[in-house]
Amino acid sequence: MNAHEEERLKAMLREALPPVEGEPEAGRDLWAAVLKRLDEKPAMPPWFDWALLGGLVGLAAFFPSAIPVFLYYL
Amino acid sequence: MARDAETGKDDPESQKHLLAFRHGDLDAFETLFRQHQRAVYGWILRMVRNPATAEELTVETFWRIYRAHARFEPAQGFEGWARRIATHAALDWMRTARTENELRAEMAPDPEAPAAGDAAVSAEIREKTALAFQRLTPKLRIAAVLAVVEEQPHRDVAEALGISVAAVKVRVFRALRLLRKDLERQGIRP
Repeated sequence: MNAHEEERLKAMLREALPPVEGEPEAGRDLWAAVLKRLDEKPAMPPWFDWALLGGLVGLAAFFPSAIPVFLYYL
Repeated sequence: MARDAETGKDDPESQKHLLAFRHGDLDAFETLFRQHQRAVYGWILRMVRNPATAEELTVETFWRIYRAHARFEPAQGFEGWARRIATHAALDWMRTARTENELRAEMAPDPEAPAAGDAAVSAEIREKTALAFQRLTPKLRIAAVLAVVEEQPHRDVAEALGISVAAVKVRVFRALRLLRKDLERQGIRP
């Protein structure tokens, strides 16, 4: 693809998807929606935190001798 | 938010809000929301190009921001961090399965618009270009729409995507090359 083709494609893209003008603003105040969302979904630890915890519990159950080593590295 | 252009540091009042937010203070979060919601909404709208979706994703972004408050580093500034989270929220939205009809409704030029002769031809090209663009992967689309259509600085796009400026240029180039191939398959030669 040469420079001319690249510029032509960029121009076609800008024609097909006109740029957003100025500083757009949401049509409504979104703070109430954010608060509602925070109430609906209390912050939960990500799944890998739970997986890590499960792994550690499993390790402690099957290899109790690993507990002092783990505590040493805490 | 008052951020010194030379030093890149926030003023003491802003620093206070940022620190309070980091500790989960909801009032400080509301202050930051009020200061940044317009910028975040505008950034998202530039990526998803639909006001209702942009509003929904702005709420999602601020929810993610609050959830991640403990990981926020005040020294890095709020705006870039918020923009990065917003970009990932938009990417996640783009990755969800959507039907061709939805894409057409969102992306295609207005069918009510008058079109005759050359205008009809260019309307068809515009529609085909928009649909070909929609067939690109979300990562390529976001890089191209921000860098090419919205003409955002490559540095800002790189920061928002968490990649280097060189990687942004590569993504834009790949997007354009794939777009050209798709258009050529449809009989349109750029």
